[in-house]
Amino acid sequence: MPVQNDAPGLDQSGKTHNHWTRRSLLKKGGLWGLFSLLFGGASAVAATAVTEDSGILSDAIGAFFQNHYNRMTKDEVQEALARIERRAKRTYDVDIEVSNDPPQPGVVYGYALNISKCKGYRKCVDGCIEENNQGRDPQIAYIRVLELDAGSLELNRSDHYYDSETVPQPGKIYLPIQCMQCDNPPCVKACPVDATWKEPDGIVVTDYDWCIGSRACMTACPYSARQFNWTEPKIPAGELNPHTHLLGNRPREKGVVEKCTYCIQRARKNRQPACVEACPTGARIFGNLLDPKSEIRYILENKNVFRLKEDLGCEPKFWYYTD
Amino acid sequence: MKSFGSFCRDCLKLVFRGGRSYWIWNGGLLFMAIAGLGGYTHQLIEGLAVTHMSDQVNWGLYISNFIFMGGVSAASLVLVVAAFLYRQPEAAQSVTLGLGIAIAAAVMCGLFITVDLGRPDRLWHIVPFLGELSFPYSMLAWDAVVLNTYIPFTLGLAIYILFLKYNNREPATRGALFVLGNAAILFAISMLTVEAFLLSGHVARPLWNTAVLVPRFVVAAFAASSAIIILVLRLLDRFTERKEKSAEIGILVGVLKVAVLINLFLIAVEFFTHFYHPTDHSASAIYLYFGLDGRTMLVPWTWTSLAFGVIAVIILFNPRLRGRRAWLNLACVLTVMEIWIEKSMGLLIPGFIPTPLGEIFEYLPSPIEILVSLGVLAIGMLIFTLIAKIAIHIELGHTRYSAPDSN
Repeated sequence: MPVQNDAPGLDQSGKTHNHWTRRSLLKKGGLWGLFSLLFGGASAVAATAVTEDSGILSDAIGAFFQNHYNRMTKDEVQEALARIERRAKRTYDVDIEVSNDPPQPGVVYGYALNISKCKGYRKCVDGCIEENNQGRDPQIAYIRVLELDAGSLELNRSDHYYDSETVPQPGKIYLPIQCMQCDNPPCVKACPVDATWKEPDGIVVTDYDWCIGSRACMTACPYSARQFNWTEPKIPAGELNPHTHLLGNRPREKGVVEKCTYCIQRARKNRQPACVEACPTGARIFGNLLDPKSEIRYILENKNVFRLKEDLGCEPKFWYYTD
Repeated sequence: MKSFGSFCRDCLKLVFRGGRSYWIWNGGLLFMAIAGLGGYTHQLIEGLAVTHMSDQVNWGLYISNFIFMGGVSAASLVLVVAAFLYRQPEAAQSVTLGLGIAIAAAVMCGLFITVDLGRPDRLWHIVPFLGELSFPYSMLAWDAVVLNTYIPFTLGLAIYILFLKYNNREPATRGALFVLGNAAILFAISMLTVEAFLLSGHVARPLWNTAVLVPRFVVAAFAASSAIIILVLRLLDRFTERKEKSAEIGILVGVLKVAVLINLFLIAVEFFTHFYHPTDHSASAIYLYFGLDGRTMLVPWTWTSLAFGVIAVIILFNPRLRGRRAWLNLACVLTVMEIWIEKSMGLLIPGFIPTPLGEIFEYLPSPIEILVSLGVLAIGMLIFTLIAKIAIHIELGHTRYSAPDSN
C-alpha cells in the first residue's frame, strides 16, 4: 500500500494515487468485478488447463483483463508478475524476476548533475539502455546528451547527435536530459486513462499494461522525456536484464509509452541508478531529498543549482549545478 | 408509438433501395473503406512504425483530422439547429441534412482517435467506471466523454425530427425541440472548446499555449462547416431530387464570409505577437512561416493555405462574384482546403517542431496514414449518404406513415 509522506518544501498536491479508500475500492472493484464476471469467465476456464499452449491463451486473456495497477488486489498483482515472467521466458527464453517493491516511507528521490564534470561520453546513455531493457531496434534511450556552445544553454541551438571522434570538444558543454520526475507533472494530467502517476517516493511511473498509447503524455512533456514503442521492441536475449520491477524495466510491448523511473528496480532496493554508476566522471548525484544528511541535500544547500525550464511550474526533481 | 416500427422498416427500405448511381457511389465508398481497413490491419500488425510519426512528432495526420472533423461536426450542428430555431422556416428543411453531417463527422472523429491509439485492444480502459478515466484533468478524457454522449444525442435529435415529419407533423420550434436543440448547441460548443483545450493546455508547446486558440478553433470550424454544407447541398441539388433553396444558402454564405474573414484576422493577430519580438516561444511559428535552420517542409503549405483564405474572402465579399454559382463553389472549396491545412500542417504539426529540446525533425504523413484516413473519410461519407437518403425522401414527402411505399 502506498504510504503518504510529508515532504517539506515539495508540493504533494499533484495527482498522487492514494485513492485506496475502502469506498472507492469497493465501487471500482465492484464494477470491474462485474465486467470480468461477464466477459472474463473464459479466462478462469482457460487458466485451469495446464498445457503449454493453453498457458499462452490464458495469459493473453489474463493480460487483456488485467486491472489498473492501483486497483489490483495483492493476488492479482502476483498473477501479473508471474504472467510477465512467463512471457519473457517464452519470448527470450530467459528467467526474469519481476518485483513490486513498494515505495519506502520518508523517501522522495532527487537528482543533481554537475555540468562542469560532464564531458559528453554518453556512458550514462549506454548504462541506462542495458539496465532498463529498452528496445534496440529502433533504439530507445531515456537519456539524451545535448552538445551546446559554451556560454549558452539555449536548447534550440543544441546538437542531439554530436558525432566527433573525441569528446569533450573544445568550446562545447554537455547537458544530459532525462525524465525529471516532476512534482507537478504535466504528463500525468494529460493521460486520459490514469496510466501514469506520481508515486509517493516522487517517481513518475507508468502502468505499461494499462497504457492505451494515445501519446498525450509525450505531447505534454516539456523535456521530451517519454518514448513510444512504435513497433515490437527487439532485445537480444543475452542482453536482457533479468532483475526487473513491474513499474520499471520489465519488458514492454509494442504500442505503449515508456520512460525513465530513476531505475525504480534499483532505487527501491537502496541502490544507485544505472546512469549514476555508469558515469566515469562522477557528475551524477542521486539520493533522498528528505534525508538532511544525504549528498543530494548537501549539493542543493551548498552549490549554485538550477533547473531546466523552471518557469513552466512543473517542479522537476532534477537539478543542474557547476563547480 | 406504433408508427415507429414502420418508420424503422421504411428507413431500412430506403437505405437498401436505390438506382444504379446510388449503388455505384456506395460501392465506391465501401471499397475505399475496405482499403482503409486493409491499411489499418497492416498498422495493427506492424505497429505505428508504419506511420511517419516519431518520438519528436508524436501526433500527425490522424489527430489533425480528428481536430478538423470535430470542428466540422460541432459547427454544422450549431449552424443548422440555430438556423432552424431562430431563423427562417426555409432553413428548417436542411436541419436533418446538417445533423447528418454532424453525425458522420463525429463518427469520423471517434475513428480518427481510435486509429491513432497504440493499443486499441485496451480501448475499454477509457470507458467510464469500467476503465479508469482520468477526469477532470485529462482533456483527452473529456473529449472521449463528450464525443460519446454527443453522437447518440445528435442521432436521437435527427431521428426525432425525421420521425415527426414521417408522421406528417412539422417540427415545432418550441417545447421539447427548443430545449433539445439548445442543449445540442451547448454540447457542440463544449466539444469544440474542449478540442481546443486539448492543444492549448500544453505548457510544453508554446505555439498552442495561447487562449486565442479557442476562438480560432470555433471560427475556423464555422468557416469549414458552412462551406461543406453549401457544397453538400449543391451536390444533392445536382444528383438527387432535392433542390437547394436560396434562403438556406443565403444564411450559410452570411456565416461563411464572416467566419473566413475573422479566421484570417485571428491568424494575423497571432502573427504579430510571434514576430514583433520573437522569443524562443516563436520558434514553431518561425518554422511554420519561414522555415528554421534551412528546414522548410511546411512553408509552402502555410502560404498556400493563407492564399486560399485571401482568395475566398475576396470572392465572398464581392456580391457579383459570390452570386455566381461557380465562384461561390470555388470559395467553398478553397475555404475547406484552407482550414484543413491550417488545422493540420499549420497548427498541429508545427507544435512539435522544434521539440521542447530544440530538435527539428520534420513530418509528412506516410502512405499508410493517408490510406487509413481515406478509409475513415469513406466510412463518414457512407454514413452521411444513408442519412441523407432517408432524410430527403421523408422531407420531400415520398416516404410518410400514410403512404409507406410510395418510394
